This record gives sequence, C-alpha cells and structure tokens, in this order.
Amino acid sequence: MSVFKQGMRGLFISLWFMFLTFPIMVIKVDPIERIVRWRWENCLYIGVGTFLVYFLLQYLLHRKLQSVESNTEKDNEPRESIIHRIIANPQQRNIMVGILLAVAIIFPYFSSSYQTNVMTTALMYVVLGLGLNIVVGMAGLLDLGYVAFYAVGAYTYALLNHHFQLGFWTVLPIGGGLAAIFGIMLGFPVLRLRGDYLAIVTLGFGEIIRLVLENWGEFSKGPSGISNIARPGFFGMEFSLDSAIIYLYYLMILFVIVTIFIVNRLQDSRLGRAWIALREDEIACQAMGIDKRKTKLVAFSLGAFWAGIIGVVFAAKTTFINPASFTFLESAIILAIVVLGGMGSIVGVIFGALVLILLPEYLRALSEYRMLAFGAILVAMMVFRPQGLISNIRRTYRFDKTQSLNVK
Amino acid sequence: MNSPILKISGLTMDFGGIRALNRLELDVNSGEIVALIGPNGAGKTTFFNCLTGIYLPTAGEILLTPPGSSKSVSLKGLKPNQVTEKGLARTFQNIRLFSQMTVLENVMIGRHCRTKAFILGAIFRNAATRNEEKQIVAKSYEILEKVGLAHQANEFAKNLSYGAQRRLEIARALATEPFLLLLDEPAAGMNPQETLELDRLIREISADGQSILLIEHDMKLVMSLSDRIFVMDYGKKIAHGKPAEIRSNPAVIKAYLGEDVDA
Repeated sequence: MSVFKQGMRGLFISLWFMFLTFPIMVIKVDPIERIVRWRWENCLYIGVGTFLVYFLLQYLLHRKLQSVESNTEKDNEPRESIIHRIIANPQQRNIMVGILLAVAIIFPYFSSSYQTNVMTTALMYVVLGLGLNIVVGMAGLLDLGYVAFYAVGAYTYALLNHHFQLGFWTVLPIGGGLAAIFGIMLGFPVLRLRGDYLAIVTLGFGEIIRLVLENWGEFSKGPSGISNIARPGFFGMEFSLDSAIIYLYYLMILFVIVTIFIVNRLQDSRLGRAWIALREDEIACQAMGIDKRKTKLVAFSLGAFWAGIIGVVFAAKTTFINPASFTFLESAIILAIVVLGGMGSIVGVIFGALVLILLPEYLRALSEYRMLAFGAILVAMMVFRPQGLISNIRRTYRFDKTQSLNVK
Repeated sequence: MNSPILKISGLTMDFGGIRALNRLELDVNSGEIVALIGPNGAGKTTFFNCLTGIYLPTAGEILLTPPGSSKSVSLKGLKPNQVTEKGLARTFQNIRLFSQMTVLENVMIGRHCRTKAFILGAIFRNAATRNEEKQIVAKSYEILEKVGLAHQANEFAKNLSYGAQRRLEIARALATEPFLLLLDEPAAGMNPQETLELDRLIREISADGQSILLIEHDMKLVMSLSDRIFVMDYGKKIAHGKPAEIRSNPAVIKAYLGEDVDA
C-alpha cells in the first residue's frame, strides 16, 4: 500500500474514533452550574493519538511480515531467543538458576515486608500458573473455572482450622487431595467435551462453587467469610507478623522449586507425552492406545491439586477469606498468565506470572487503567507472539549406535 | 502364514436409515498383505472405523486371533485404545500426526500402550522408569531407522515432507507392536517416486512377518503388493480373490466403470 493510501486510511480511522468517543470525551455536563462544557481539545488529542497508534501498528505489522519473509529465505531456521540458548546450555543454565536462587533468598533482607508480601503473592501465582499449565498448556483442556479448586483448598483450611483447630501442615495435603477429588468430579462429566463447550462447562463449575460458598451460610458463613485463620507454624513455633511474612515467603520459594521440579519431570515422562498428544489430536491419540479418559482425569486432578495447595497457603497468608476472592476474574488472570507466558512452557509461565502480578502492583498509580492495559497486552500478544513470551521447546534425544543413550 | 488372525463376519453399520456396511465378510491370514478396494463411498473407511472402535457396529462380529494362540478375542464394543492394545494399529487417510511434537516423540507415543510408568514413576524417576524410558527411545529409534526417518528424529513432525509424514504415521503405528497393521490409503496424494518408496517400505515391513490390511485407490500399488484383494461396493463385498482374478472379474469392472447400456 502506498504511503498516501495509508495516510488516508489512518485519517479516516482517527476521524471515526473522534466521532465514537465524542459523547464521552467532549461533552461534559456540569450539574452544579447547569451547563454543558464542550472540551474540543480532547477531540483533537484522540484524533492525533489514534493516528499515531495506527501508524505504529502498521509499522510493527510490516516488520513482522518482513521477518517472516526473510525467515523463509533462510531455510526456515528458527531464531532462538536468548532464554532458549541459556536453557540449552547446562553450564549457563546452572549459573542462571544459582543467581536467581541467591537473589530470591536474600530478597526479604533488602526489602520491606510489603515488598516481600507482594513477592509471595507473585510466587503463589507462579505455582497456580504451573498447575493450570498442566491442564491448559499440556493437555489442551481449556479450563475457565480453575479458581474453584483454589477456593476448595482455601475453604478446606479455613473450615478445618475454624472448627477443629487443625494446623497448616496437616491440612495442606488434605486441601490438595480434596481439590484433586473435585478435579475428578469436574472431569467426569466433561470427558466428551472439547474446546468451546469444555470452556463453558468449566466456567459454570467455577461459578457454582463460588455461589454455593456465598449462599450456603451455615456451611461457609456466606459473604461475610471466615476470619482469624491461623498462620502456618514451624514445629509448633508461632511467629510475629513480620517474621510470619518472611517465613511464608521462604515457604513459597520452596513450593515453587518443588512444583517446577515435578512439572518438569512430568513433562518429559510417558504421561506428559500422552497429554501433549491428547492436545494435538484426540482421535489419533486414542488410536495409538492412549486411554483418553484416564489421561484427562489425571490432568484435571493434578492441575486441581496445585490449586488446592495454594488455596491453603492463601487462607493462611491472608487469615481471612470470603467468596469475593474467588471470582471469574481470578481464573482469567491465571489463564492469562499461562497464555502470556507461553502454553506448555515452564519458564514462560513463571515469567508470565511475575509480569502479570508484579506490574499491576508497582503501577498502582495507573490502577484505573489496569484492565484496559490487560486487554491491550493480551490482544497485542495474540497478534504478534501467539506462542507466548517464551515458547515451549521439546526435549531432543541423541542416539548412538553403541546402544548408549545420550539425552541432551 | 495361513493361520487366520482376523475374521469378520456379518459386519453391519447403519447411520440412521443408511446402511454403510452390509453383512461384510473378510478375513486376514498371518503374514499376508490383504487389500480392500472399492469406488468412493463404498464404505471402506467406515469399515476401518468399525474395526478400530471409533464406531460401534450395528451387528456382526470381529475376532482377532493373535498368531500362535488359539484363543480369539472379540474387538466389538472396545474403545479405540483397547483395540490398539489388543494388537490392531492403524494409520489415517488424512494425516493425523502430533505436529507440535518431534518425529521421535511421535513414535514414542506409539509405545505408550506397551509401557506403564505413571505419575509416581514420572516424579521420582526410579530405576524401572529410567530403564523403560531408555527402551522406549531405543525401540522408537529402531523403527525410525526402518522407515528411513532416523536422521530427522528431532525435527517437528509438521516440518516433514508429505511422503515422510506418511512414513512417520506407519512408524507410529508399528511402535504399538500390532499383529495386524491397517493402512488407510497410504499412497493418497503421493507422487510416483514417493509411491515407489512406499511400495518398497510395505514390502520390507511385510518381509518381517507383519500382516497388513490395506485400503488403497492406487491400482498399480494394490495389484503389485497384495496377496488377496477384497472388493466392496455399497457396503457389500462384491468380489474376493487373487489380483489376477480381480482384474478380470465382471462385477468389479461393473462397479468401477459402469455397465453397458446397449441393450
């Protein structure tokens, strides 16, 4: 397209936007002085802004198309990102992990308890993201009701603590296990569903759990929630508020490490391969002798297990829970973490969780525009990087004639 | 040779008012290459889907007898994965590979039903699991070498050429260690060179003692490969015999070319 044509189009689009936003941006009724204020300058800003954004988008699209063209010329050689190169090299990877671990360990001593608290929340979402990644990223089952399992874990701890004074460590496996059972309960009726239909049913399931918690007063104390939940102890020791925050932070670091370890092993196992095959082609997967029912149920229950565990941690961290913490928005954020980070990619999901949880926290000044920015980022991601920030790489195998197996 | 491993009798499949398969009879002996041919819409793929558990046949019996054993098992009513476990593996007419997995991993999926590591094995990776993994890789690699894809083992399946994707489908099916390999139009869309290579590959597999049931439209391939041919039309078996007999069978010629209208 010629520059002149582009310009005309941009002009037309910005005029259209000026017209669309006219009622909200230009007209302002002042009820005190009983007059209408005409803010014509806003109209101008919108016009110029839209025009510039249009050109920026066109430029980015142009560059993307060019890189695609040059890529096909270069024999389809995929350009590896820096992170992929680091992961591929074991030495660099170990150094990287060491540095990250060291930073994570000394972090609480260099920051306020507020910062530590925010970081703990982010780490919780890392685990939640990794859990959902099993269901959505690997097995390809779009689950929009993931927060339900989170709620199951949180309420398990809150109720058992409230009624029976059970401690954090006792309830942790119970919460996880109960969430896993709920995962299987959701899994059974949706075994035959796929894609959009599955998404709708899981969305409904998430809402059902929340509505039950909100309305079954005798059981869950309804919208007023449960308060005074005990913080986690350490062999019977109780902590002051400040040290409890730091303790919880280290606990989450431990959980994240354990989760990464387990998810990583699952991914490269017989079960992980079956999940990915299920995502790729259900019929072929069955024809290759994989039990679809079993594989799906295991994916649902394992994903739910992590959510249950983190639910228990959440209840212990905030010491107060009510159904308002478990809305659909929460599911959407966890799903956004998985999609933004890169479906099926562990590093990607960790990265996505940190970006999506920490950014809004540090940009509180712009909190009014949070959802706007959220939407814009997701749309931009889908257009420019549909595979996510850090896409998944499959493990490669090298095979020698001498029957010795080397795994790279 | 000559002990029957698959015996199908009276197989009928109705879709609403349409009878796609009408009391079909078919049998395959151990070590044989049997072809099933027929005009478009004759019900060949429906037959495969009934056989592999994707459809539940309305009536009839499917009996699989593992070679060297006298006990036969009925495949009717089993799920696709159970059918594969019993020793029947298939390829698809429209290629259905796991495109985001590597070539080797595609074949490794085929080993799934012959191995058993599960959640705990995956997490703790004990000696048994590690051994099993090693054997999966070794066996998959061996199969890839047989079909000539070993040098592309770590490529994504979607990046293979069309002919190579077809061969990979065969490799994946072979990895399940089937008694009987079902090939659904393996030569569809191939150029003459690729078809020739496929012909050679099927001969090699057959030379290892693998029994094969083949659906194919490429008559040259069918005539050169098959020991016996079954011909279907409108869901019925209309002829059965050796390639030379089929070539001159009037019913077959009628089904493919139509009848004279000079009377």
